[in-house]
Amino acid sequence: MTSVAAAEATAGTASGRWGRRLGHLPTHVVVILLMFLWLIPTIGLFINSFRPSQAVQSSGWWDIIFQPSQVTLQNYQYVLGQSGLWPGFINSLFITIPATIIPIFVAAFAAYAFAWMDFPGRNVLFVAIVGLLVVPLQTTFIPILQLYGSVHIDIGPIQINNLNGQFLALWLAHTGYGLPFAVYLLRNFMGGLPREVFESASIDGASPVTAFFQLALPMSVPAIAALAIFQFLFVWNDLLVALIYLGAANPQNDPLTIVVANLVNSLGSGWWYLAAAAFISMALPLAVFFTLQRYFVRGIVGGSVKG
Amino acid sequence: MDPRLITAVIVVVGVPAVLVGYIVATEQVLRIFPGRVQPRIRPWLWLAPALAFLFVFLIYPTIGTAVRSLQDQLGTKWVGLDNYAWFFSDNGTLSALKNNVIWVVLLTVLAVGFGLLIAVLVDRVRYESIAKSVIFMPLAISGTAASVIWLFMFAYQPQGAAQTGTLNAVLTPLGVGPVPFLTVSNFSFNTILLVIVSTWTWTGFCMVIISAALKGINPELLEAARVDGANEWQVFRGIILPLLTPTLAVVSTTIIITALKAFDIVYVMTNGNFDTQVIANEMYQVMFNFGDFGRGSAVAIVLMLAIIPVMALNIRRFQAQEAIR
Repeated sequence: MTSVAAAEATAGTASGRWGRRLGHLPTHVVVILLMFLWLIPTIGLFINSFRPSQAVQSSGWWDIIFQPSQVTLQNYQYVLGQSGLWPGFINSLFITIPATIIPIFVAAFAAYAFAWMDFPGRNVLFVAIVGLLVVPLQTTFIPILQLYGSVHIDIGPIQINNLNGQFLALWLAHTGYGLPFAVYLLRNFMGGLPREVFESASIDGASPVTAFFQLALPMSVPAIAALAIFQFLFVWNDLLVALIYLGAANPQNDPLTIVVANLVNSLGSGWWYLAAAAFISMALPLAVFFTLQRYFVRGIVGGSVKG
Repeated sequence: MDPRLITAVIVVVGVPAVLVGYIVATEQVLRIFPGRVQPRIRPWLWLAPALAFLFVFLIYPTIGTAVRSLQDQLGTKWVGLDNYAWFFSDNGTLSALKNNVIWVVLLTVLAVGFGLLIAVLVDRVRYESIAKSVIFMPLAISGTAASVIWLFMFAYQPQGAAQTGTLNAVLTPLGVGPVPFLTVSNFSFNTILLVIVSTWTWTGFCMVIISAALKGINPELLEAARVDGANEWQVFRGIILPLLTPTLAVVSTTIIITALKAFDIVYVMTNGNFDTQVIANEMYQVMFNFGDFGRGSAVAIVLMLAIIPVMALNIRRFQAQEAIR
């Protein structure tokens, strides 16, 4: 077979190469067409976000080709200045960062126990946790809303009545919701680390805590990075969980997703600045996505069980 | 300074510190026990935080919702299966159910189909990574922002006025439009439009997983078939497709579950109007617009019961994989 391939390679004259390229032409046409179709909606939004209100209302984004002078930053100025979008951005950060960090730690401990400690029922328990992926978040809302509502803490400076409407409500909920997938992903990765490393550490007298912090955790950085991106995007882009635990109770704490969703519903006539608002809400996840795409892809491919 | 900023700093620094402190402290606690017993207790101490979160946020509320679904609006009276009887007889919920079926079928066919097509095609071009990034990018965009993006695509102006929506601007000169997208009730047309938005988001997900499986196929196998005279279509049908089947199954189940849980796009683009209602949005409205937690719970349980068989397939496969490991 190799000899045939070699013979073909030597026979690859100029005309042969052209023939082959032309043979690929339909592939190129279809791929480029699909890329174009997938890009158009975002490009349209991006261009509209820089067009003045009267232009957005009277013509489509492609009009910019005929009137390039219409580019303006007024939508962004308005959106960031007056429409509540900037507080929304800050709220999204407040919600997302702790809701990404906490589950990673909690999941890493559990994943390490599942991967490198022996105990009765280990596999059954692990499958049960992965099985919790079947639970749609909807099934948890009502009891947790009521549980949050009944929280009453009064210890000196810390006074919390009713967790609904507080960031803490989302941090805790997102930790719980993210755990089955996080434990699954990290356990699979840690389980694949070389056994000898942990055995020799144990022989050298290292405690599990030392082995965890000095070996397992540093070696699991790719999986942790994948997980962090996952959880970050999930929480940043989440609308439903935020609506349930914040939306009604405390609009001041609403993240960008809710602010933008409210803009859609309240802006009959003023949706010219909606494009700018949507683009601001996309900026951070897109930046994370483009810089860390490699890890993100690895996380998806490694964890395709997630529902 | 914003007091919330202080809280956030405390949380970002403090919570990991507390968690790390907890694990270090477990070793101290374990010293109390004789060395023989320690390995039996230790795993449970490491698992405790995760198990606590899972219990409070997934297990307890699921049981609570199941119980609540048998009670009335205010939770004061047991009503048996009345809430379920309502779900399966009310015109609104039945229409939501019908739309979810459309979501499941159409989104799976479109997202997995396009994902497969693109994965196979980009494998043959040199700009593969750019092409994949373009298709994959919408996955990083929230359902809310995707909805705004597509509202500009679907925008509709009356006949005669300049069309501002991309699709109507293309269709109108062709004599097909302008089409009043998402503004009038007509069978399931609007639901199909919302599924298209979701397809735009999820095709990249399918493509990435299928593409990874595709790279795992031994190229010599394909080359051998080509040398034996098989054309590209025969190579695809005879070798690539059978080898990809397990991957396609996993991707499909994920997409089916996504379709069953569809919420954001519906909530933002139509809020269930114009014949686009789905189960998840129905539940939200029953809970917050009508304050009926009994019916809301029943809707959630129906949703879970629809997901379980799909997920069971996935976990079965996962266990088979574990057995090989």
